[in-house]
Formats: sequence, structure tokens, C-alpha cells
Amino acid sequence: MEKILEVKDLHVDFDTYNGVVHAIRGVSFHLNAGETLAIVGESGSGKSITVRSILQLLAKNGTISKGEILYHGDDLLQKSTKEMDDIRGNKISMIFQDPMTSLDPTMTIGKQVAEPLLIHNNVSKKDALKRAEEVLRLVGIPNPSARMNDYPHQFSGGQRQRIVIAIAIVDYPEILIADEPTTALDVTVQAQIIDLLKELQQKIGTSIIFITHDLGVVAGIADRVAVMYAGRFVEYGSVNDIFYNPQHPYTWGLLDSMPTLDTNEGSRLHSIPGTPPNLLNPPEGDAFAPRNAYAMEIDEEEQPPFFKVSKNHYAATWLLHPNAPKVTPPEGIMKRFAKYERLGGNVK
Amino acid sequence: MTKYILKRIFYLFVTLFIIASLTFFLMKLLPGTPFSNQNRMSPDQLKIVKAQYGLDQSVFVQYIRYMGGLLQGNLGTSFQFNNEPVTALIGQRLAPSMQIGAQAMIVGTIGGILLGAVAAIRKNTWADTLATFVSILGLSIPSFVLAVLLQFYLAYKWRIFPVALWDNFQSSILPTLALAAMPLGSVARFMRTEMVDVMSSDYIELAKSKGNSSWGVVVKHALRNSLIPVVTIIGPMAVSVMTGSMVVENIFSIPGIGEQFVKSITTNDYPTIMGLTIFYSFLLIIVYLIVDILYGLIDPRIRLGNGGKE
Repeated sequence: MEKILEVKDLHVDFDTYNGVVHAIRGVSFHLNAGETLAIVGESGSGKSITVRSILQLLAKNGTISKGEILYHGDDLLQKSTKEMDDIRGNKISMIFQDPMTSLDPTMTIGKQVAEPLLIHNNVSKKDALKRAEEVLRLVGIPNPSARMNDYPHQFSGGQRQRIVIAIAIVDYPEILIADEPTTALDVTVQAQIIDLLKELQQKIGTSIIFITHDLGVVAGIADRVAVMYAGRFVEYGSVNDIFYNPQHPYTWGLLDSMPTLDTNEGSRLHSIPGTPPNLLNPPEGDAFAPRNAYAMEIDEEEQPPFFKVSKNHYAATWLLHPNAPKVTPPEGIMKRFAKYERLGGNVK
Repeated sequence: MTKYILKRIFYLFVTLFIIASLTFFLMKLLPGTPFSNQNRMSPDQLKIVKAQYGLDQSVFVQYIRYMGGLLQGNLGTSFQFNNEPVTALIGQRLAPSMQIGAQAMIVGTIGGILLGAVAAIRKNTWADTLATFVSILGLSIPSFVLAVLLQFYLAYKWRIFPVALWDNFQSSILPTLALAAMPLGSVARFMRTEMVDVMSSDYIELAKSKGNSSWGVVVKHALRNSLIPVVTIIGPMAVSVMTGSMVVENIFSIPGIGEQFVKSITTNDYPTIMGLTIFYSFLLIIVYLIVDILYGLIDPRIRLGNGGKE
């Protein structure tokens, strides 16, 4: 499979009133053509900042202090402003979280959808609008020809997210970055949007980076999953690896706090105790150690490297070190392991 | 939309009627009489003069007569300006006032929008500081002070513009600048505040992610969305430009309408007071109507008539 995007050792800092916040502390990953990579983590773990760095859409006080972002082998961080403008909305585009606020309230949706075409392609306004209408139909806006001249406030939340998606795909991007596209929507609409994204991926063959804090959503859409905590990846692998053979205690915590059909009535929902570290002064060792019931002394002292679990499955925890003591994960995780073994690593 | 405008025009006449009535009775409460040499007139002479102007009737009869004339578009005859009809008086003097008023509003609004936009886009840079400084100056220096300063430097010292003259466009530049400072300052303040907000909104980020240049983002998305508060203050601003013009007109010897207004009040020139009050009110109501229509044009969410909502 061809790697179309490769992020190497990305570091992002934010200059704040209180000092420099090291929001991203060495993130590396790649995206293969046609696949969907999900990045999961709690709020503030740096998921959005990671993907915004790709398009260089960081807030003014944010700087990429180190790293490379290779798009077809070209480092995007070396591109000029003009060259980046040519890539945004054309080769790589983005779907935003809140459809209620991400559309321009004073512009007709037809014009908003046609805009990327007018910026990047040498097309007439008429052709661009015609194409915008087709794309609106593709994303499931009923009767698009009649609604081209309507304004965002005349659409429901789900429809608006479809319009935001239409804007992102109108120029057939190679990479689609979806930054929590379903978080602001209610559950039935969430499912529709996920189905739509999967369908569009089939039709236009785009690769997707999908950001979410909702593991339920991940299972439905991703090929590979990366789990993020405090500005770093802690574990990444295929969906099966992450859901049924998780190795990092943080991944265990995340999976355990997700209610399943087996969750007994009346039982308490699990949660991970404590709060993420303050990234003004990032910890020396594993950032998750203070909240980790399985933490060892070395976790406090030294950042664990990635240990290979299986092909394409890596986790950054000292528990995988040959000298580490064997630990028993929580009961829910043991059930997942059992399922994984029973089905020979092929759970789906 | 048409229905809405017709409705507003109907209300316009109702409002004008109320204003005319109130002004009429309040004006009659003014001390003094229109006749400056009243003391030297015999009671008989006074009676004759009063009868000539219809002032011998009861106030109520005068009111009915005046309103009757008003319905036919007759604003009466001025007591002091050579017995000229008030409509003719307003007509002659209106053009210069309207010209500098409109010029000042245009310069102030457009200048203020640009200044505020630059300040917002270059937030926390020297350009922002400079723009803020200019707008605070514009807001805090009274137009008559600015008028005198402009007159002293640009006209008297450097001889670029005439000191106080009214003939061609060049002679209108200084009074326009003097009047434009206030609208420029307040438009710039409102524009900056709103645009800073708009620039950090989600749809601006989406516009950037489409591949718009920073210039494209501002022109296509940020400007229009920042205009609403500016439109809101245009109404009250037009009022102060219009009233502020009286002093400025005086300083630059402009044969405008402001000067007449003041004179007519000090001399109890009843028909002129009435005529000008009604005229100013009419103008203001029209300005507010235009502002309300502008709202709808700029922001579809408050578009009138068609309900706006699904």
C-alpha cells in the first residue's frame, strides 16, 4: 500500500500567558491510500492539533517546533503560504466538528460548496455551481437545485453537516480530515453521517483521518486506530488489535469505560481516575503513570518506547518490556483477549 | 418585503403627525413673540399684525389650520425671512447641508470599516494601535474643534483649501472631514470588535481550509459578517452628524439649514420651526427605515417579509 501521508516526530508548542505548552510531543504516523485512520483520545489530548498541523491551521500562538509532514514525500512544512493555499481544500480538506457554526451564515450554501472549485480549478461560476449541486445530491441533501440559494439557518444540524462534508469533498481531495464530525450531532444522525463518509470513501477513493473521542464510532469506520494521550500516541494498530488485543493501560481504561451490551443493569460505569497532566511541564516518564493502576517505578522516570506487539501493532508501555512483571488487565479486557484468541485475531 | 415597506411608510406618517402635534404645542409654550419691536407697537397695531399671521385665534384653531395646510403640503410662510414660504426656504438651504452630511457619512462609514478591518486583521500590531488611536481621536474630538483645527492648518496656514466659502466641491472637503471624524471613529471601533470575533469563528477556519488566501477570507467571508453592528449605529450616527452640522456650517459659512433652525427658534419663527422639525423627523425616520432594510440585505437570518425561517 502506498503511503500518501507521513508525519514524523511532530512537536507543536503553544505560547500562552502562563508559558509554553508542549501540546504535541513527538507524534509519528502514516496514512495509506484509501484507508481510514482513526485518532482516539480524550479532550485536550492533542488530536485536533495534530491534524490541524497537517493543514497548518493552528491558532496564531501555535508553532510546529519540530518534525516533518510528508505528503507524497514532500514536506508540507517547507511549503510557502501560496503553495499551502493550493493544497488546502483541494488535495487535503477538512470536516469540522460543529456544523451549527462552521458555515458562513450570510452566504448561500450553493456558493459555499462551489467556493473550493472556484479557488482551485479554472472553472466558470456556472460550472462550479452545477458541480456543487451534484455534490449536494451526493451527500443526500433532498432537492438540491431548489436549495442552492438557501442559507445555512434554513437547514437542520444533520443537513448542515452534510453540507460541510459536501464542501470538503467537492474537489475530490486525496485526504479528508474529519475532526469529530459527529460529536455535535444526535445519535441517529451520527450513524447517517458515518455511513455517508464510508459511502463517499468508496465513491471517490479518498483516505480519511478520523478524529473522535467516541470508540463506538471508531469501530464503525476505521481500518487502523491510534490512541492518543497527553500529546503522544500510546498505542496504534488495526481496529481488531486495539479493540481485542489492547496492550496499553490507557487503552484498557478507554475500552473499559465504554458501556457494552454485557454491562449489567445497575452496575457502575468505569472511569479513569484523575486528570491528564498539565503540558506546561510535561512529565519525564509516561504521562499516564499517575492515573495508571499498573504503573511501575520506571514509568515515572523514563518515557517508554514503542514495543512491537504484532505486525502493525505497537504500544508504548513498559509492561511490554521482557523484564516487566506479568499483570492481569481488568476483567472487561480479559474478555476481549479471550474473544481475540478464540477467533485467531480476526474478530470482525 | 413590499408589504413591510408599505407598513413602515404608514407608520412614518403616524409618527410625523404625532411629532408635528407635539412640536406645535411645545413651541407655543416658548416665551416671547415673533415680533421684535412689540414694545413700540400700539395695542391696535399688534392686533392687526397678529391677525395677519393668524395669531389672534385660539391655539387650537391655529393648530387645526396648520395641520390642514400641512396635509396639502403647505408649511406656511416664514415670519422673518422676507415672508418666504417655508418649503422654498428649506429647498434652497437643504442642498449644502445634505451634501456635506451625506459626504461625511460616506467618508466616515467607509473609512471606519476599512480602519476597523485593518485593526482586526492586524490585531495587536502597530497597525492596530494606530487605528485604535485614530478612532479614539475621531470619537473624542468634537466636530467644531476639529473644524477650527482643519481651518487653521489646511486653509489658513498651508492654503490648500478655502477658509470659509461655499461654491465648488473643494470647498466642501474641510466641513466633510470635520463631520466625518465622529462616524469614522465609532464605525472603526465597532468594526474592529466584531471582526476580531468573526475572525476567530469556525466558518472563518473552514474558509481557510478551503484554500482561500488570507485576503480572500476577509473579503469573501469576514467583512460582510462583521457589518451588522456597523449598520446598527448608522441611524444614531446620522442624527448626530445632522445636528452636529449646525455648528460646523457656521464655522465654514455654509448656507445650510442648520443655521436657520437655530435662528428660527431664537426669533419664535413658528412656521419655520415647525417645518424644519417635521423635515428633520422625516429624514430620521427614513434613515431608520433604510437601516432596517440594510439589515436584511446583509444578514439573511433577519430578512424581513418572507419569515426568514424554514
